[in-house]
Amino acid sequence: MPDTDRPLSPHLQVYRWQISMFLSILHRMTGVAMALGLLLLALWLATAATGPEAYTRLRELLTTLPGLLVLAGLVFSLFLHLSNGVRHLFWDAGLGFEKNQYHASGWVVVVASLALTTIVLVIASGVAA
Amino acid sequence: MSRRTPLGQVLGLGSAKEGVSHWWAQRVTAVALLPLGLWFVFSIAVLIGSNNSDYLGVVDWIAAPINAVLLILFIATVAYHSALGVQVVIEDYVHGWTKVVSLVLQKFAHVLAAAAGVFSVLRIALGS
Repeated sequence: MPDTDRPLSPHLQVYRWQISMFLSILHRMTGVAMALGLLLLALWLATAATGPEAYTRLRELLTTLPGLLVLAGLVFSLFLHLSNGVRHLFWDAGLGFEKNQYHASGWVVVVASLALTTIVLVIASGVAA
Repeated sequence: MSRRTPLGQVLGLGSAKEGVSHWWAQRVTAVALLPLGLWFVFSIAVLIGSNNSDYLGVVDWIAAPINAVLLILFIATVAYHSALGVQVVIEDYVHGWTKVVSLVLQKFAHVLAAAAGVFSVLRIALGS
């Protein structure tokens, strides 16, 4: 930290929270979470290629409550990052920059990712089968 | 006004001689990951929901040619997209020599994960 009394430029805490900044931060956090999830995916495949003992050990770990919460978190991360990613692609094409448009698309991202996460968790729970 | 050579302008090269390749690769992999990501997460959900997430069920699923091919594409594309994204995050928050070290390490980690994943799928699909 600098030892002067100069004021710093305004940071996060002075701004009113909005859906745009919330999703921008969440996009990055879910991306980093899934980068770690990629290591888990590689580990999962590696244990399956190694044999039944290794695979079953990882499966038992992942089906504990903390394990299931990690998996559910990764599913939500994927859907949020994917839906918000589509939003970014529209922006790249020059679309959706009006204030009401990017607020609306932000809420679409939130609702869509929660809905898709719920659908996947219901399918995985076996209720749908 | 510009001192850039005509060739440099045509190739879209910036001072880092990289042009928009990072930005563009991130977008191309993102588009590829839309169908691949949806396919992956729903496939795994069905696998678990139909009680086929034990060793035999999973190995059987990975060994099916369509699943093996899509899994390899998914792993490779995710690793590439993830490496591009994590690189930007590190460039934003890490400074000094730790930045260089972490940039190299994250690239190694992504290549390692991709190699391990692809090799595992091939081993299962082609039979050990």
